[in-house]
Amino acid sequence: MQISTRRHDKVTIFDLSGDIDFANSPELRRSVLREIQENRPPRVVINLSKVHYIDSSGVASLVEGLKASRDLGSRFILFGLSTSAREVLQLSRLIKVFQVCDNEEQALAV
Amino acid sequence: MMALYSNPKWLSIVRAAVERLTETLGFQAEHRRSVTRAVDEALTNIVRHSYCNRHDQPITTYFRKAQRKQEGEVQHGLEIILCDRGPVADATKWRGRPLGEIRPGGLGLHLIHDAMDIVEFSRKGDINRLRLVKYLGQASPAA
Repeated sequence: MQISTRRHDKVTIFDLSGDIDFANSPELRRSVLREIQENRPPRVVINLSKVHYIDSSGVASLVEGLKASRDLGSRFILFGLSTSAREVLQLSRLIKVFQVCDNEEQALAV
Repeated sequence: MMALYSNPKWLSIVRAAVERLTETLGFQAEHRRSVTRAVDEALTNIVRHSYCNRHDQPITTYFRKAQRKQEGEVQHGLEIILCDRGPVADATKWRGRPLGEIRPGGLGLHLIHDAMDIVEFSRKGDINRLRLVKYLGQASPAA
């Protein structure tokens, strides 16, 4: 998995690529929580369009990001879910807990 | 059979193997993804809980064709057995968290049970053995 971060005005966008599993989800968790707690962006957007696979530990990292954002009054938005990622969020019944958009434009506009 | 260590870096290799194997056996794409996910989650549980995140412990994974008779028809499938040498696990205490609850963790078991037709845990000697079976959707007439 690779993580890169873009900051625009009041938005931080995380561009993720590759598989997210137990080998690398702690890195995702650290990156997202550090950004939220240190920079407190009003909107955090997670680009999953290049993520083919995400396991339950990856979902847990996203849940932690969501909770940290909510605690600080920020928005936490996902976009570009693969079929596999969408299935995991549906099976865990978390798909409606997250704000999910189709693309970046939508994620920045909602 | 695949013999590996409890290093999470192996997970992607096992996923690739399971994806290819389930494709070869004729599983539909949805089931290829879910079986792969189940094996990945089961291995992660071994690393986390059985071996407490130690990365140098042995895990052996067996794959073989399975079949059963279902309403007079033979149903083919895949049996996967994951073996580890961690301490005795109390399977009765394995619980996933309530679905939809907004807190991290506890999802892996749900994903395993959702994907597989059979999930069985046993202990033989000093080996924990998790047996997972998934049958193909379509049955063929019994011979």
